[in-house]
Amino acid sequence: MIAFNKYYNKFNILSVSLIIISLLLLTLKGLNFGIDFKGGTLIELRSTDTKINVSSLRDNLSQMNLGDVSVKNFGNETDFLIKFENNENKNVIEEIKMNLDKSFGSNFNFRRVENVGPKVSAELLKSGVIAISVALFLMLIYIWIRFEWQFSLGAIIALFHDVIVTLGVFSLLGLEINLSIIAAVLTIVGYSMNDTVVIFDRVRENLRKYSDIKIFELTNISINETLSRTLITSITTLLALLSIFFFGGEVLKGFSLAMIFGVIFGTYSSIYIANTVLVRLNVSQKTVLREDKN
Amino acid sequence: MLYFSKLRIIFITLISLFFIIIASSNLFKFSNEILNKKINLGLDLQGGSYLLLEIDNDPVIEQKLQNLTVTIRNYFKEKNIKTTSFKLIDQTLLFSSDENSKQTILDDFESKESRLNPYYQRFKSHQLNITEENNFFKVSYSKQGIINLKTSSQDQALEIVRRRIDEIGTNEPNILKRGNDRILVELPGLDDPMRIKSLLGKTANLTFRFVTNNNEDSFGAEKLAFEDGSEEAIVSKRIILSGDNLLDAQPRMNSENNETVVNFSLDRVGAKRFGKATSTGIGKRLAIVLDEKIISAPVIRDTIATGSGQISGGFTFQSATDLALLLRSGALPAPLNIIEERTVGPDLGQDSINAGMIALLIGFILVILYIFFKYKIFGIITNIALVLNLFILIGILTLFEATLTLPGIAGIILTVGMAVDANVLIFERIKEELKNEKNNLIAFDSGYTKSRTAILDANITTLLAAIILFFMGSGPIKGFSLTLGIGIFTTLFTVYFIARLLTVLYVSKNKEKEGLI
Repeated sequence: MIAFNKYYNKFNILSVSLIIISLLLLTLKGLNFGIDFKGGTLIELRSTDTKINVSSLRDNLSQMNLGDVSVKNFGNETDFLIKFENNENKNVIEEIKMNLDKSFGSNFNFRRVENVGPKVSAELLKSGVIAISVALFLMLIYIWIRFEWQFSLGAIIALFHDVIVTLGVFSLLGLEINLSIIAAVLTIVGYSMNDTVVIFDRVRENLRKYSDIKIFELTNISINETLSRTLITSITTLLALLSIFFFGGEVLKGFSLAMIFGVIFGTYSSIYIANTVLVRLNVSQKTVLREDKN
Repeated sequence: MLYFSKLRIIFITLISLFFIIIASSNLFKFSNEILNKKINLGLDLQGGSYLLLEIDNDPVIEQKLQNLTVTIRNYFKEKNIKTTSFKLIDQTLLFSSDENSKQTILDDFESKESRLNPYYQRFKSHQLNITEENNFFKVSYSKQGIINLKTSSQDQALEIVRRRIDEIGTNEPNILKRGNDRILVELPGLDDPMRIKSLLGKTANLTFRFVTNNNEDSFGAEKLAFEDGSEEAIVSKRIILSGDNLLDAQPRMNSENNETVVNFSLDRVGAKRFGKATSTGIGKRLAIVLDEKIISAPVIRDTIATGSGQISGGFTFQSATDLALLLRSGALPAPLNIIEERTVGPDLGQDSINAGMIALLIGFILVILYIFFKYKIFGIITNIALVLNLFILIGILTLFEATLTLPGIAGIILTVGMAVDANVLIFERIKEELKNEKNNLIAFDSGYTKSRTAILDANITTLLAAIILFFMGSGPIKGFSLTLGIGIFTTLFTVYFIARLLTVLYVSKNKEKEGLI
C-alpha cells in the first residue's frame, strides 16, 4: 500500500500555490484568445514554392494595411497561418489573394479561411463561459444529490483546481484559446468528476464498513483500492489523447493538449485535493450514516 | 448479474450484427435503401463554406416609419385634424397637433380596431407605441412590432437567399434561420465563396428613374454616383419601374456592338408604365439604379411598348450573368451582412480525414495492446467489446446520417480511451472480491453488482458535459459532443451486454480455476 496520505499537506500547499500562480497568470498575463473569441480573420495557406518563408510573407502582408498581422508556420515549412484583427474591408481576402499572386506568383492554396465578426466573437465567448458555468453547476447539483455535502465540496474544489490550473498552463505557454479548448475544458470537467466520484464511492463504502478507522487512514485505503483502476483508465485515455496529439493534425493539437493536461491534473486532484477536503472536514462514519437515515 | 436468457443472447447478437452492417455501409454500397446510408461529413472534413448572415433591419424600420408619415397625415386629414412637424429621429417618428385633437389621435392609435396601428390579438400588443407630451407625439415600433417586422423580413430574405444560391446551382446547400434576424448558409464542397458572398452582399434593389436637371422635382431628387464611379447625376425620387415589375432577366450579347447586356421583360403593369414613361420622356435620360448606384442612364429615343428592354453598362459576361441572376431572384428586404465565415478547402478536409483516421487507428491499437497486456483473456473480452463499441457507435451515426466533424472523430477516439474504464472498474472489483471469495461465480457476480454505481456515476458526469456541449456548442463542437454522448450509451451497452456475456460464458466454463483474472 502506498502512503498517499503522508504527502497530503505537501501537495495541498503545492495545489494552493498552483492555483494562486494560475490566477495571477490569468489576471496579469491573460489568455491568448483566438479569432473565435476575439474576432478577426484567419487564413491557412499552403505554398508550392519552398522558397517562400514566414518573413517574406510577413513583409508582403505588412504593406497591406491589415493592422496587426501575425504570420507563422503551421505544421510544416510550406504551410502558413495568417491572422489579423477585424477589418472593415469586405473584400480583404480577395485582395490578399491578388496581392500574394502578384508578389509570389500563383503558388498559394487557400486551405482555410475563417472570419469572425466582433458581434459573433462576443457571443461565442459569452456562450463558452455560460457552458462551463452551467457544466460546473450541474456537476455540483449531481454530486450534491449523490453524496453528502462534504464530498460535494471536495469534488467541486478539485474541479475548480483542474479548470483553473489547465487554463493557467495555457496562459503560461501562451497557447491559443478557441472553441475546441472550451470543448476540452468541459470534457475535463466530466473526466475529473468521473475520477473523483469513483474514489468517493469507495470512501463512502469503506466508511460504512469500518467504524474505527480515521478518515486520514480511510482515504488512503480507498485511494489504494481504486489505484489500479485510476491508473489504467488514465493511461488508456492518455494513449488515445497522445495519438490525437501526434497524428490527428494541427487543428486538434490545442484540444488534445488541453485534454492531456486536464487528465493529468484531474487524476492528481482526485487523489490529493478531493480526498484531503474530506480529511480536513473530518468526515466520519456518522456523516454517511446520518444521510442513510434520512 | 450473471444470467443471460437465450432470447437475450439472440437479441444482443442481432443488434451487434445490425450495427456492423450499417457501419460497413460507409465502405460498401448496398442496394437496400435502409442499409445504404452514409455518415455525413461536416464542412471541416469535406470542405465547404459556412456563412452566417445578419439582416440589417434598421433601414427597413426607418423606411416603414417614413412611409407612415403620409399615412398618418392623410388619415387625420379626413377627420379634419391637422398634423404637422413630422420628423424621424432614432427610429422614432415625431409629429405635433393641437390641444383639441390630442385625445382623438391617441384614441385612434390605441384602439384595438385601429386602422393605423394593428393590434396583435395573440400577443396582446399593438404594432406601434405612441406617447404624447405638450401636443408632441412620439411613435415607435413596439417590442412585438419589431419582432413581427424582423420575422417577416427574415422570411423574405431567406427566400431570396435560397433563390440566389439555387440559381448558382451549388451542391446541396443548407439554408436555415437563426434567431429572428440571422440566416445560416452552409455550402458543402465550395472552396471559394467569393462569388456567393458578393451576390448575397447585394440588396439588388432595382429602380428606373428619370435624371432631372434641377432640384425642383415635386417628388424630391437625390445625387447618385455611377457604378463605375465616373460621374454623378441628379435623379428624381419618383420611381417609374422597380425590380418587382420584372418577369425575367437574361445576359445577352448585343450583336451590333459586341457588348454584353442584360435583357429584361416586364409584367403587364410594368410594360404599361414603361411605355407611358418612354413616350412622354423622349429625349430625357432614364437612370437604371441598382442599390443607390446608377448602372447606366441612356437617353430615351423611342417609345418602348413591347414590355422588354435592355440594360447596358460596360458589363463583362460574368457581371451581366450576376446582374441578371440578382434581378431574376428579386430584391432583399434589407441589406445582409456576413458576420461569420468559415471556409475549408477540399484538400485540407481530406488531410483532416486522413489524420483523424490514423489517430483513431493508432489510439485504438495502443489501447487494445495495453488492455490485452493488463488483463490477458479478459483483455481480449474487453477488446472485443471495444471493437463492437466502435462499430455500434459508427453504426448509430450512420443510421441517423449524423454529421461527422474532425472534433467528432476526436470524440470517437476519446470514447475508445474512456470506454475501457467501465470494464476496468468491474475487473478490478472482481479481483478484490476474489481475495475473500473462492467461488468464481459469486466473486464475478458481486464484482459486477458492486461496481455498478461507480460506473453509472462516472458515465453520467461525462454525459452531462456532452449534453451541455451539444446545446451550447456550434458546428464542429456539436459533432464532438454527439460522438462523445452516443459513445457513452454504446459503451454501457457493450460493457453490460457483450463483455458481460463473454465473461459469463468464460467463467461458467472455468468455475473452479484459480487466479482467473
